Amino acid sequence: MPWSREDLAARAARELADGFYVNLGIGIPTLVANYIAPGMKVVLQSQNGMLGTGPFPYEGEEDADLINAGKQTVTALPMTSYFSSADSFAMIRGGHIDLAILGAMEVAENGDLANWMIPGKMVKGMGGAMDLVAGVKRVVVVMDHTSKEGDPKFKTRCELPLTGTNVVDMLITDLAVFSRPTRKNSFKLVELAPGVTAEEVRRKTPAKYSE
Amino acid sequence: MSVATSSKVFADASSALRGVVQDGQTLMCGGFGACGIPENLIDALRDSGVRNLTVVSNNAGLDGVGLGKLLQTRQIRKMISSYVGENKEFERQYLAGELELEFNPQGTLAERIRAGGAGIYGFYTKVGAGTLVAEGKETRIVDGETYVLEKGLVADVALIKAWKGDTEGNLIYRKTARNFNPNMATAARVTVAEVEQLVEPGSLDPDGIHTPGIFVQRIIQGASYTKLIEKLTLRKREERANAVVA
Repeated sequence: MPWSREDLAARAARELADGFYVNLGIGIPTLVANYIAPGMKVVLQSQNGMLGTGPFPYEGEEDADLINAGKQTVTALPMTSYFSSADSFAMIRGGHIDLAILGAMEVAENGDLANWMIPGKMVKGMGGAMDLVAGVKRVVVVMDHTSKEGDPKFKTRCELPLTGTNVVDMLITDLAVFSRPTRKNSFKLVELAPGVTAEEVRRKTPAKYSE
Repeated sequence: MSVATSSKVFADASSALRGVVQDGQTLMCGGFGACGIPENLIDALRDSGVRNLTVVSNNAGLDGVGLGKLLQTRQIRKMISSYVGENKEFERQYLAGELELEFNPQGTLAERIRAGGAGIYGFYTKVGAGTLVAEGKETRIVDGETYVLEKGLVADVALIKAWKGDTEGNLIYRKTARNFNPNMATAARVTVAEVEQLVEPGSLDPDGIHTPGIFVQRIIQGASYTKLIEKLTLRKREERANAVVA
């Protein structure tokens, strides 16, 4: 049975390590925060200018001046700091963030990522995605293995406009996990969702990878 | 455009913009979504009737909120932004070819503003290399890595929002309402700041000032604040206390 959204978040959370500074994208990546192992210290960075992002507020404790990059109300923690957008992206671009977990539309076998634009549709913009993939030490992508129409999303090359070239270190889909030790290596299938066979993954994956 | 007055303090947003804003200018406008936007100055800018503006702002407001108000009145000709979702009027004008749009990666936008304010012509960055963002821009390969030349951004006027300010223009921001505001304050010929609390010099801790007064030419205390919350997200009382959300 393929992994659910919650399963994907829980699997991605296993990539966290104690002491990590982490940036989580919008959607499933945001859910990863709920699966941080007890006792593990992980500091979440919000690119709108906050380090040490806390949980959603209780009713009545929301503050319009305190939001995350998804514009949701959040809270501060005792270790929280606030800073400007330029400082925030110095952290991101400057390689000070250990891990980014992002969603995607397409990933290519060479690690290219497309997640911001579909030509012909209204384009909302890339926000901080290009900065994150260019600067964060390790990039983990979480996405469905195929589109709603059943088209593969892990491809020989991306057809959509790129967010970054050769930037994905690990790909977690609802069927499988692909990883590579460095960006000079190609991807290897390292894990299958329960009940999913390597043959099924092969059938739904145009991208080249090793097993 | 001269703003040589002995006092930086103006009575209200409209008088603070008088003689400063003109048709065809480039404006910077602080805020991330609806958080930390100069609400009173945006209203005054709309009421001033100036047109054909190029606006540098991370987002373009929501329908009827923030810069969305200036889209409705068709005062904006071009936006330089990183993300413009959640705005139907923006989408309509853009798809009809009535509005120009330049997307910058969010950090590149912030750094272009920082560079502009700091007198730096441009900088080479990995961000956007090999993507549409790099098209038409000079690139350079250093140690096998491709970098894109991004130019500093400056504006005629910056409209910014702070929490507290003194009559000398020293500013302190509050929580994530800081965002682009302090960077933009440095990058315009005239920076107009609005604050929730305007205080006398000496009231603010000099060690805690985020924007030194030299970057602010005019300041007002905003008449009122809506402080819209875009996405109210709450935690139920019974949820485990260590649940953390980015």
